[in-house]
Amino acid sequence: MSSPKIHARGLKAWFGEGIALRGIDLFIAQHEVTAVIGPSGCGKSTFVRCLNRMHEVTPGARVDGEVLLDGKDIYGARINPVQVRRRVGMVFQKPNPFPTMTILENVLAGLRLQGVRVDDAAQRAERALRGAALWDEVKDSLNRTGVNLSGGQQQRLCIARALALEPDVLLMDEPCSALDPIATARVEDLIQQLRSQYTIVIVTHNMQQAARVADTTAFFYMGELIEHGSTDRMFTQPANVKTQEYITGRFG
Amino acid sequence: MNAVERIATPSAPVDLEEGGSSSMVTAEAAFRAIGLLALLLPLLLIAVLFGGALVDAVPRLSWEFLTGYPSRRPDDAGILPALVGSGCLMLLTASIAIPLGLGAAVYLEEYATPGRVTDLIELNISNLAGVPSILYGLLGLELFVRAMSFDRSLLAGACTLSLLLLPMVIMTSREALRTVPRSMREAAIALGADRFTVIRAVVVPMCLPGVLTGVILSLARAIGETAPLITIGALTYVAFLPTSVSSPFTALPIQIFNWVSRPQAGFHVNAAAGIIVLLALMLLLNGAAVVLRMRLQRRSSW
Repeated sequence: MSSPKIHARGLKAWFGEGIALRGIDLFIAQHEVTAVIGPSGCGKSTFVRCLNRMHEVTPGARVDGEVLLDGKDIYGARINPVQVRRRVGMVFQKPNPFPTMTILENVLAGLRLQGVRVDDAAQRAERALRGAALWDEVKDSLNRTGVNLSGGQQQRLCIARALALEPDVLLMDEPCSALDPIATARVEDLIQQLRSQYTIVIVTHNMQQAARVADTTAFFYMGELIEHGSTDRMFTQPANVKTQEYITGRFG
Repeated sequence: MNAVERIATPSAPVDLEEGGSSSMVTAEAAFRAIGLLALLLPLLLIAVLFGGALVDAVPRLSWEFLTGYPSRRPDDAGILPALVGSGCLMLLTASIAIPLGLGAAVYLEEYATPGRVTDLIELNISNLAGVPSILYGLLGLELFVRAMSFDRSLLAGACTLSLLLLPMVIMTSREALRTVPRSMREAAIALGADRFTVIRAVVVPMCLPGVLTGVILSLARAIGETAPLITIGALTYVAFLPTSVSSPFTALPIQIFNWVSRPQAGFHVNAAAGIIVLLALMLLLNGAAVVLRMRLQRRSSW
């Protein structure tokens, strides 16, 4: 296993009074794809939202514990969450491009929203769109709104938007759940291409998807990390009986 | 699905051709008739009023009427100063009411912590929307005309009308802010935007059509307001166009009010023509609001 990019230590999270994560300890290796699986409500989405400090954005939500990014705790006292989110990008379940912006503006939205001026904005946008395998489809309509893009194209636009900030880590919260199978396959291909440059954490409720794209898989259940290991081993010889029951479809 | 069917299955089969008791059918027919009457009566009333004004006005409606200045002779009198005055008043009012109303709405929706004080403010805003407009006129007279010595100017008029519109603008702006999906805010936050940037660059641009719709509809109400403008002392006989925000002014409803109160029949015809112009302006504003709303719906359906 390569060096750990992210290390969660005793990570706990709450929504109001309800606890969503009960103390998670997990290594996430650099330049690997880590899949987070588990039944609905197991805390898998909450977990990735803790990795870029998005969990605390929800009213009443609270986090305790440590998340080390390259050895530095992102919940440390002097950490600016904005800087964390700049290094840890996120793609959401439903494609959410900004309807008031053109395709180009969407790609560069992160820079604009942070007030960062770059001289090579056009090249950066192209790089991000190529990275998201969308360039050839939109290069002639950069100044139009994304209204006419398909769901899959919109989701890749959101991936491009995250890539334009040139993050280290890309979090994907069920990025294919609103997409049809063909668009899903394209996004999965894309994940394969991105793994060489980015550390990717993908939440999925689809076990075949985890098996297809992930090097490492983490199984969550009731807010706890039940088992964590290489995807091959997890799907062939799960150590925990709960894991085995889940991946064989006995519940969830 | 199965459970529902099981519960819904009656013990005895229902006769599908039986349409319920005959007394219920009669009651429904009567209710329909009453409802139709309640709809037709006000429509008829409006048609009579509008038709009467239109018949009176047609001979008087001309380019000269629109571009003429008031006169002692009814046939020479025109409404240009009133038309320009109303136009300037609406523009000024909008430019005061939009930033204030949107600002207040953003504060209440995005920043204010829910609690007793916020509830009290909200309650008062909805109450203020129902306060008679003449009270705003009295407030404007004391505050803008006298205390702030704007005098009887366009600015004083616009400030007074802005006060009148603010509750409605705040309420419609809050509605519009609430329609911006949470996913849009989260997208911006995940891209590293701070709270202010999220509001400025994402939330406000998305809700702007909704805010403008509300503002235009309020303006359509304000353009017909007479009482507050009379209270603050808008002039009734103005033979010049306003040159700055501190100019004295008149407005369409005041001009109409003035003409109606004259004894000569010729001025009454002028009043009818003025009413038609005023109504046309209101319909224009409402139409603009409808167009904006349609564009908004097309965009949010995505």
